[in-house]
Amino acid sequence: MHELSIAMSIVDMGLEEAQRRGAQILTVHLKLGALSGVVKEALLSSYEMACENTALQGSRLVVEEVPVVVFCPQCQAQRSIRSVQWFSCPVCGTPTSEIVQGKELEVVALEIQE
Amino acid sequence: MSPEPRLVEVRRNVLKQNDVVARALRERFRAAGVFVVSLVSSPGSGKTAFLEKTLTLLRPSYRVAALVGDLATENDALRLARSQVPVKQITTGTLCHLEAAMVEKALEDWDLNQLDFLFIENVGNLVCPSSYDLGEDLRLVLISVTEGEDKPLKYPTIFNSADVAIITKTDLAAAAEFNWDAAFANIQAVRPGMPVFRLSAKTGEGMEEYLQFVGGRMADLRSSAAV
Ligand SMILES: Nc1nc2c(ncn2[C@@H]2O[C@H](COP(=O)(O)OP(=O)(O)OP(=O)(O)O)[C@@H](O)[C@H]2O)c(=O)[nH]1
Ligand SMILES: [Mg+2]
Ligand SMILES: [Zn+2]
Repeated sequence: MHELSIAMSIVDMGLEEAQRRGAQILTVHLKLGALSGVVKEALLSSYEMACENTALQGSRLVVEEVPVVVFCPQCQAQRSIRSVQWFSCPVCGTPTSEIVQGKELEVVALEIQE
Repeated sequence: MSPEPRLVEVRRNVLKQNDVVARALRERFRAAGVFVVSLVSSPGSGKTAFLEKTLTLLRPSYRVAALVGDLATENDALRLARSQVPVKQITTGTLCHLEAAMVEKALEDWDLNQLDFLFIENVGNLVCPSSYDLGEDLRLVLISVTEGEDKPLKYPTIFNSADVAIITKTDLAAAAEFNWDAAFANIQAVRPGMPVFRLSAKTGEGMEEYLQFVGGRMADLRSSAAV
């Protein structure tokens, strides 16, 4: 389980932003790709733990799950795949491992109280 | 009265720190001309046995060294030291994967210019190592024939983060009734085009083909660096 160390990195970022902005962080918005290697549920509970006794205690982590999008060389188009167990174009069936999106592990917004 | 809460946009990659260190490592490896291969698998798939064989076979023709990550013990480092190449243990404690900073620290007192190949054995774990770039040129994911053919479907993310799949312990394939076609199809489903090697660290069967492959990749890297 590496979600706790990931959660701690997120909290560190939040603390840094809070200090820089002189504000309180209410919510952290995170984009989480299906290929990030991080499990949403584990991350959410780890986040609460990581916030304890910090200025982020009581803040919320909101996770937006990002599906995998690949580039199909046959269609010359970006396609969402149906499952991470099947890397092929859902339209023409061509196998492809050219990943366009789905590895995100990124803080994208903060709800702050100044 | 305090103002209403407001939403501010930021854009911060959570693994930025690791990625920055990994990038710096990769540049160092490139400058020193060392080809770096990392190994991931579940516990006990045969990483250390395979690496011991690899080091022993490469040693006559190349300058090789290894780093090995383990939660607590030094057993793997002691086993690898038998191949008489420089080996260093990275004890990760409670951490279930290696991070780029640990590799950087372990290499502090090594002269990379003296190496052709560096191998890095990750902690036995098919989940956590997938998120961490170590600056390697090639990541191998190992599955042994006793683990079943469906490992790629159960752990697609780690297969996706790797470049090459190695099916190990082929000497036990018949006893385990391992289905090669199913295993191959599952690997290709999660990572189309992924090269697959089958080998046994015990008998040495299949090692030659794999060593030729990594030797070739190393030569490619050197010739592209020379241009
Ligand atoms: N028959 C057979 N046994 C093997 C082979 N490779 C490894 N083993 C055995 O499998 C067991 C585990 O091998 P290791 O090399 O320690 O596996 P590992 O992946 O390094 O294990 P961890 O570092 O603990 O994750 C040992 O008992 C090895 O002797 C092989 O090719 N054939
Ligand atoms: Mg080992
Ligand atoms: Zn298509």
